[in-house]
Amino acid sequence: MSNLKETFLTPLGLNNPVAVQVLGICSALAVTAQLEPAIVMGLSVTIILALANVVISLLRNTIPNRIRIIVQLVVVATLVTIVSEVLKAFAYDVSVALSVYVGLIITNCILMGRLEAFAMANGPVESLIDGIGNGLGYAIILVIVAFIRELFGAGTLFGCQVIPDCLYEAGYMNCGLMLMPPMALIILGCIIWAMRAKNPELQEK
Amino acid sequence: MKALRNFLDKVKPNFEEGGKLSAFRSVFDGFETFLFVPNTVSKSGTHIHDIIDSKRVMSFVVIALIPALLFGMYNVGYQNYLVAGTLDQASFMEVFFYGFLAVLPKIIVSYVVGLGIEFTVAQWKHEEIQEGFLVSGMLIPLIVPVECPLWIIAVATAFAVIFAKEIFGGTGYNIFNVALITRAFLFFAYPTKMSGDQVWIAKESIFGLGNDLAGVDGYTGATALGQVATGSSTTITNAVNQAVDLKDMIIGLMPGSIGETSVIAIMIGAVILLVSGVANWRTMISVFVGGAVTAFLFNAIGSESNQVWNLDWMEHLCVGGFCFGAVFMATDPVTSPRTNSGKYIFGFLIGVVAIVIRCMNPGYPEGMMLAILLMNLFAALIDYCFVQRNINKRLNRLNNK
Repeated sequence: MSNLKETFLTPLGLNNPVAVQVLGICSALAVTAQLEPAIVMGLSVTIILALANVVISLLRNTIPNRIRIIVQLVVVATLVTIVSEVLKAFAYDVSVALSVYVGLIITNCILMGRLEAFAMANGPVESLIDGIGNGLGYAIILVIVAFIRELFGAGTLFGCQVIPDCLYEAGYMNCGLMLMPPMALIILGCIIWAMRAKNPELQEK
Repeated sequence: MKALRNFLDKVKPNFEEGGKLSAFRSVFDGFETFLFVPNTVSKSGTHIHDIIDSKRVMSFVVIALIPALLFGMYNVGYQNYLVAGTLDQASFMEVFFYGFLAVLPKIIVSYVVGLGIEFTVAQWKHEEIQEGFLVSGMLIPLIVPVECPLWIIAVATAFAVIFAKEIFGGTGYNIFNVALITRAFLFFAYPTKMSGDQVWIAKESIFGLGNDLAGVDGYTGATALGQVATGSSTTITNAVNQAVDLKDMIIGLMPGSIGETSVIAIMIGAVILLVSGVANWRTMISVFVGGAVTAFLFNAIGSESNQVWNLDWMEHLCVGGFCFGAVFMATDPVTSPRTNSGKYIFGFLIGVVAIVIRCMNPGYPEGMMLAILLMNLFAALIDYCFVQRNINKRLNRLNNK
C-alpha cells in the first residue's frame, strides 16, 4: 500500500516529469498562455497516460519486444484520437485553443517514457496509479505556469478579470511578454530553480 | 580626499569579521573600492595588472555617457517647449532643468533597483559587490523613451539584472548586454510604452516647469525611423512638422530615446572611450562600415512600398539608436569577442543586421537593439573560430619546419 502511495506521490514532487526529468517541455510552453486550456491539456494527458499505462501493462507479456514501440504508439494514438474527438464534441472552444497540441500528445515524451519505463514492467494497478501520478505532475506544472502567465499577461484567470480596474487606472499594464513562449520557458526555469534550491539532492554534482 | 580616507579607515573595523556591522561588509567593501583603488596585491608568482581596475574602467564609460545624458536632458525640455510653442520665451536653464527633472527619476530608479539587487545578491552569497551595474544603470535611462513609466523601468531592470546577469554568474559572465535586455524586455512586454508616436515627448509639467501638452495637438511625436517606416516618403520632420536635414539629425534635437538622438554628443563620448582605451575602435568602426554598406545596398535597390529602403545611408547611420548602439553597446568588453579579428566580424555583422531588420521588418522600425543582442549570442563562437584558426596555422607552421 505504501508502495502505491509512493508511486502516486513521487511524480508530483521529487520525480516530476516536467520539472525534474524535463520531459514534455514543448507542450508546456505552447498551451500555458491561459489557465483553461492548460488544465484541459493536463487532464487529457492524465487520462491518456493512465489508460495507456493500464492497456500496455495488461498486454505487456504478449507484446513481442521488437515491435513494442509500434504497439505502444497504436494504443496512445487511439486514446489521443478519442480524447481529441470528445474535446471537439463537448469543449469546442478549448479544443480550438489547443489546436494541434492535443494530437501532439502522441509525441509527448512523458507518455513513451512511462510506458517504456513503468507499464512494461509492472501490473495494471500500479501502472494506473503511476499514469495518474505522472499526468497530474505534468498538469501541476502546467497550471502553475499558466496561472502566472495569464495573471500577469492578461490580468485574468479563466478569462475573468481579476486585477481591479483601479490598478489599471493607476498606470498598471499587462506584461505582453508573458503571453509569448519565451516567458513560459523562463517561468519553468524558475520553478526548476526553486525546486532544486529546496531539494539539494536534485542538483547534479 | 584625505579626510574621506581617514573616515573610512576609522569605520572599517566595524565592518570586519566580528565587528558589529559585519553583516554589511560587502556593502562597505563596495563603497570603499569604488572610492579608492584597493591596495591589495598578489602575494604569489608574477602577475601583470593594468593599473586601472574594473571599477575605474566603468567610471570612464559613465563619464563618456555624460555628454549624451546632458544633451538628452536638454532635448527632453526642448521637445516639450517646442511642441507647446513657448520655446522663445523659455530660457536655456528652464528648458534644461525641465529635462533634468524628467530624466532624473529614471536614473534613480534604474540605479536603486539594479544596485539593490546586486547588493542583496552579494550580501547573500558573501561575495564582493560587483561593479558592472555602474554602466548599465546609466545606459538604461538613456535608451528608453521619456514617457516610459518608472515602475516598468523598475520591473525591466530587475528582470534584466536577475535573468541576464546574476543567473549567468554576475558581472563579467553575462552573455547579453544587460541594458539591452532591459530594453528588449520593455519593448516586448510593454510595446505601447516603447514605440509609436505617443511616448517620445514629455507631456506633463514638473514643478511648474515645462508645459502640459494635453490640449495641444497637431504635432507628431514619432521618431525619425517611425515616421519613415509608416510614411510614404523619406522626408523626416521634427515634432512640429518642419522638415529636417542631415545636419539637424547630427545635432539631434529630435524625438527619440533620451540619449540616442545627438550624434555629436555620442561622438564626444566615443572619443573619451577611445582615448582612454576602454572601448575598441575595431568594433566601433566596423559597425559603421557594416551599416553603411548595407544601407547603401538597400538604397541602391530601392523600394516602392517600403520607404526605409530609400533612406540615404548617411541618414540611416544618424537616426535612431545606431550611433548610440555602435559606441556604447557593441563595444561592451564583456559581450563582444576578445580576438581583434573577431571584433571586425562582430561589429560588421551588427551593422548589417541592424539595417536589415530596419528595412525588412516593418514591425521593428529600430533594429540596433535586436542586432546587438543577436551578435552577443555569436561572440563566443566568433572567438572560437579565430582561436582555432590561429592554432591550426601555428600547428602547420610547426609541422612544416
